[in-house]
Amino acid sequence: MELSLIALTPFLGAGFVSAISRLGRLHAAWGAGIVTLVALLILLPFITDAFSGHVLVQSIPWIPLLGMEFAFRLDGLALLFVLLILCIGLLIILYARYYLSERDDMGRFYAYLLMFMGSMLGIATSENIIQLLIFWELTSLSSFLLISYWQMRHESRSGARMALAVTGGGGLALLGGFLLLGEIVGSYNLTDILASGYLIRNHELYLPMLILVLLGAFTKSAQFPFHFWLPNAMAAPTPVSAYLHSATMVKAGVFLLARLFPALSGTSAWFWLVCFTGLVTLVVAAYIAMFKHDLKGLLAYSTISHLGLITLLFGIGTPMAALAGVFHIINHAIFKASLFMAAGIIHHETGTRDMRILRGLWKHMPHTALLAMVAAASMAGVPLFNGFLSKEMFFAETLFVINQPWGWLLPTMATLAGIFAVAYSLRFIHNVFFDGESTDLPKQPHEPPRWMKVPVEILVALCLLVGIFPALTVEPILAAAASSVLQGPVPDHDLAIWHGFNTALFMSMTALIGGVIVYLARKPLFSLQERVESLLDFRALYEFLIEKLFAVADTITHFLNKNSLQRMLFVFMLFVLTLGIYGAMATDNDYGLTGERDILPIDGVSLLIAAVLVVATAATAVMHRQRLISLILLGTVGLGISLIFVKFSAPDLALTQLSVEVVTIVLMLLALYFLPQQSPIESGNWLRSRDALIAATAGGGVTLLVWAVLTRPYESISNYFLENSLPGGGGTNVVNVILVDFRGYDTLGEITVLALAGLGIYAMLEHLKIAGASHDSEGRAWDEDLHPIIMASFTRLLLPLALLVSMFILLRGHNLPGGGFIAGLVTAVALVMQYLANGVIWTQQRLPINMHKVIGYGLLIATCTGLASWIFKYPFLTSAFSHIHWPIIGEFELASAMAFDLGVYLVVVGATLLILVYLGLIHHQSHQMKHRKRIR
Amino acid sequence: MELLIAIIIGVLTACGVYLSLRGRTFPVVLGLTFLSYAVNLFLLVMGRLTIGSPPIISDKVANYADPLPQALVLTAIVISFGMTAFVIILSLKSFLEMGNDQVDGKHRP
Repeated sequence: MELSLIALTPFLGAGFVSAISRLGRLHAAWGAGIVTLVALLILLPFITDAFSGHVLVQSIPWIPLLGMEFAFRLDGLALLFVLLILCIGLLIILYARYYLSERDDMGRFYAYLLMFMGSMLGIATSENIIQLLIFWELTSLSSFLLISYWQMRHESRSGARMALAVTGGGGLALLGGFLLLGEIVGSYNLTDILASGYLIRNHELYLPMLILVLLGAFTKSAQFPFHFWLPNAMAAPTPVSAYLHSATMVKAGVFLLARLFPALSGTSAWFWLVCFTGLVTLVVAAYIAMFKHDLKGLLAYSTISHLGLITLLFGIGTPMAALAGVFHIINHAIFKASLFMAAGIIHHETGTRDMRILRGLWKHMPHTALLAMVAAASMAGVPLFNGFLSKEMFFAETLFVINQPWGWLLPTMATLAGIFAVAYSLRFIHNVFFDGESTDLPKQPHEPPRWMKVPVEILVALCLLVGIFPALTVEPILAAAASSVLQGPVPDHDLAIWHGFNTALFMSMTALIGGVIVYLARKPLFSLQERVESLLDFRALYEFLIEKLFAVADTITHFLNKNSLQRMLFVFMLFVLTLGIYGAMATDNDYGLTGERDILPIDGVSLLIAAVLVVATAATAVMHRQRLISLILLGTVGLGISLIFVKFSAPDLALTQLSVEVVTIVLMLLALYFLPQQSPIESGNWLRSRDALIAATAGGGVTLLVWAVLTRPYESISNYFLENSLPGGGGTNVVNVILVDFRGYDTLGEITVLALAGLGIYAMLEHLKIAGASHDSEGRAWDEDLHPIIMASFTRLLLPLALLVSMFILLRGHNLPGGGFIAGLVTAVALVMQYLANGVIWTQQRLPINMHKVIGYGLLIATCTGLASWIFKYPFLTSAFSHIHWPIIGEFELASAMAFDLGVYLVVVGATLLILVYLGLIHHQSHQMKHRKRIR
Repeated sequence: MELLIAIIIGVLTACGVYLSLRGRTFPVVLGLTFLSYAVNLFLLVMGRLTIGSPPIISDKVANYADPLPQALVLTAIVISFGMTAFVIILSLKSFLEMGNDQVDGKHRP
C-alpha cells in the first residue's frame, strides 16, 4: 500500500506541521518541506516503472458489498501530476516562508497547504473514481481554507465562498456523472472504465453522464461561463495563487478530461461541448486579461485563457492534440507559477499590484525583472521559450478542420487569442518594469531576500531548458503521460524549435506582431473596454442568483416554520397520522385485520395489571396539570411495563426498566422542585379536543397495527443468534451476547450517546445557582428535616449489599439475566440512595470519585476491548473466551466480552451519577441560599 | 393476551401524543416518556408474545423468546433514559433563563 502513502503523507504531515509550529515561527515551513520530501522519497521506487509505461494499481477492500475499493494507480499521467504537485509544492513552500509576514500564522498556512497537496495527490493517483471524487471535494475545501487565509478581509471571505459554491456545485454534478458512469460500466475502477470506451459512448446515458462530468471539470478549471470564481480567488496569499490557481488545482479539471479521454472522447457531443467551451474561454479570457489593472487579475484571466487552450486541445480529440494538451499543462504550470511568484515579489516589495501605479521597476529590481521577462515571453509564446513549443503544436492542431465549412474559424480565433496573449504579456513587462518612473509607490522598492527568488529562478531556468532542449528534458515524461492519456501508442512527434516555414509558424508570427500592434494601440482600446465592461459581469450575475436563492429558501422556511415548536409538533403528528392512514387505505388488504396465528389466553392477573396500567396512563393525561401526581402515576406505569417484560420472557428488560424507572423518577423529582408545581390551563376546549382527537386516532391506529401484527405468523433472523450464542460468543444469555458481541459496535455507539447526554447535562448545570422556594404552591412550608436519620442509617447498611448484588449481576450477565447496563443502573441506584439519604456533600466527601473520569475510562475500556481483537487479526469487537478453573470457586468463564461489559457498566454508572449528583449539588446550594436569606 | 397488549400500547401512545402536544415543558417530557414506553413495548412484541421461555440457552427449552427485539429494547431503555434526563434538564434550564416553562420559550420582556 505504498502508493496510498504518497497521498496520505501530506495529510499526516498537516497535523505534524501545525503541532510543531507552536515551537517556533519557521518550524512549520521546515516541517512542510520535509513532509514533501518524504512524499517524493516514497514515490522514488515507482518512478522508473511509471516511465516505462507500466501501470501500477494497488488496492485494499473498502466497502466490498458495493464493490468499492480504496485503490491507487500510478501511470504516466498520474506520475506527471504527482511530480508537478510535489516539486512545485516544494518551491512554493520555500517561497511562502519569505512571503508570509510576522503576523501571519505559519502553522495554519502550511497545514492547509499540505492538506491541499494531499487532496490533489489523491486526485492524481486515484484508481477508484468515487475515491477520486472525495479527494476532488477535499481540494475544494482546502482551497476554501487557503483563499480565506486572511480571514479578516472581506474579499478573502467572499472570494473563498464563491470558489467553494462554484467548484462544490461542480463537484455535485461530477458525483452524478460518476454514478452514471459506474452504472454504465458496472465498475468504479478506472482500469475498467478506460477499457470500456465503446460501451460508454454507445450507451443511452452517455450524453447526460458526459454533461455532468464536464460540468465538474469546467467549474474546477474555471471554464466559461464558470470562470468568474478564479479572479475573485486572487484574494488568497500569492503562494496559494501560484500553487492552486495556476499550477495544480485548476488543472484538476483538465486532468479529468485527460484521464477520461479514452473513455469519453471521440463523439460529436464531446467535440462540440469541449471545443466550444475551450474556444470561448480561450478568446474571452485573453481579451479580458489585457484590461486588468491588477497584476494578479491579469495573471488570473491569462490562466483561464490557457486552461481554455488546454480544454480546446482535448476537445479536438486527435492523438496529437491530446499530446499537445499534456505538453501545455506542463509548460503552463512552469511559467505561470513563476509569474505569480514574481507578481508576489513585486507586491511584497512595492506594496501594490496596481499597474496604474507601478512603473519603471527595472531600475530597482533588475534581477526580478529579468526573471519575469523570461516567464512572460514564455507565456506569450516567443520562440526559444517553452510556451512557444506547445503553442505552436496547438496552432498546428487547430488546422485539422480547415477543410470543413466554417473550418477557418478555429485557427483564426486561436490566432486572435494568441495576439491578445502577446499583448497582455507585453503589458505585464512594459507597464511594470519600464514606461517611465513611478512616483507614488507605497514602499521604496528593492530586490527581495535572496532565497525568495530561488524558486522563481528554478522555474525560469526550466522554461529555458524545455524551450531550447525539449527532446532532452521533457520528452520522457511527456511520452509517458501522453501514452497513458491515449491508452495506446504516442503519435510521432518532433519536439523541436524549428519545423520549417509552415502555417503554424505563420500563425505564431502573426500573433507576435499583432500583439505588439495591439499593445501599442492600447489607449483607444482601454476607453472602449471601459464602456462595455459592465456587460460581461458574471460576478454580479452570480451574486444576483445567490441572493434570489437565499430569498426563496427564506420564504419556504418562513412558510413552514411559524416559530412555535408546539405547532410544529402538531403538524408533524398530523403528517405522520395522514401517512399512516393513507398507507393503511392504499394497501391492497386481502387478509383482513386479524391474522391466523393462535391467540394466547388472558389470565386474571394480567388483566388486572393491564387495567391498572391503562387507568394510570389515562389518569396521567387527565391530571397532568398536577405535576407531582402525574409523576407518581408515571412511576406506576413504568413499573407496570417492567411487569409486562417479566411476563413475556424478557428478564433483562424487566431488570433494566425497573432500575431506570427509579433513577428517572428521582431525577424528575429533583428537577420538579425548581419548576412550577402546576400547569395552568392555557389551551381552550377546542384546542384540547383537537389534540385529544389526534391522540385517540394515533392510539387507535397503533392498537390496530399491533393487533394485526401479533395475530400473524412471522419469520425471525434470531435463530442465528440462538444457535451461535454459546459456541460463538461463549454465553447462554443470548440478549447479553448480542449486546456485547454480535452487535457490540451498536452498544459502543449507544454508551457513547449516553456519555454525551451526561456531559451535555453537566454543561447545562455547571455554575447554575438557584434559590429554592421555601413554600410549595399551596403555601405549605417544605420540611426542613433534609436527611431523616432512619433512612440515612438504613441506606448505609444497604450499600455494601447493593454493590454486591450489582457485581453479581455484572459477572453473571453473560449467562443469566444481567450485564453491564443493569449492573450499572443498580450501582447507580445504590449510590443515589446514599446521596438522597445523607446529602450530596456528606457522600461526596466519602466517595471522592470524578465521574467524568469514570465515563472516560468506561469508553476507553470498551473501545480497547474492540481494538484488541484487531491485534489478533479479527474484525473490530470480536470476542474471545475461555474457561479456567479457579480453586474453591470452580469452573469460571473468562470472556473478553466481560471487559467490554465492564466498560458499559462504568459508562452507565458515570453518566447516571454525573447527572443526578450535579442536580443534587444544585439542590444543596439552593437550600443554603434559602437558609442565608432567613438568617439575614 | 394480544388484545391486551395492543390496547396498552395504544393507550400509551395516545397519552404520549396528547401530553407532548401541551404548551408547557413538563407535560411534554412526560409525554415523551410515555411515547418511549410505547415504542419499547411495540419493539418487544414485534418478536411475538412468548411466555415462560426467556432467551437463555438451556436443554429444557425448545422455543425461546426472540432475543433480537429484546437486545434492541434494552439499549433503547437506557438511551431513552439519557434522552429524558437531557430533556428535563433542558426544560429546567430554559425555565430558569426565560422565566417561564413554555415550550415555545418566550423570553422575559
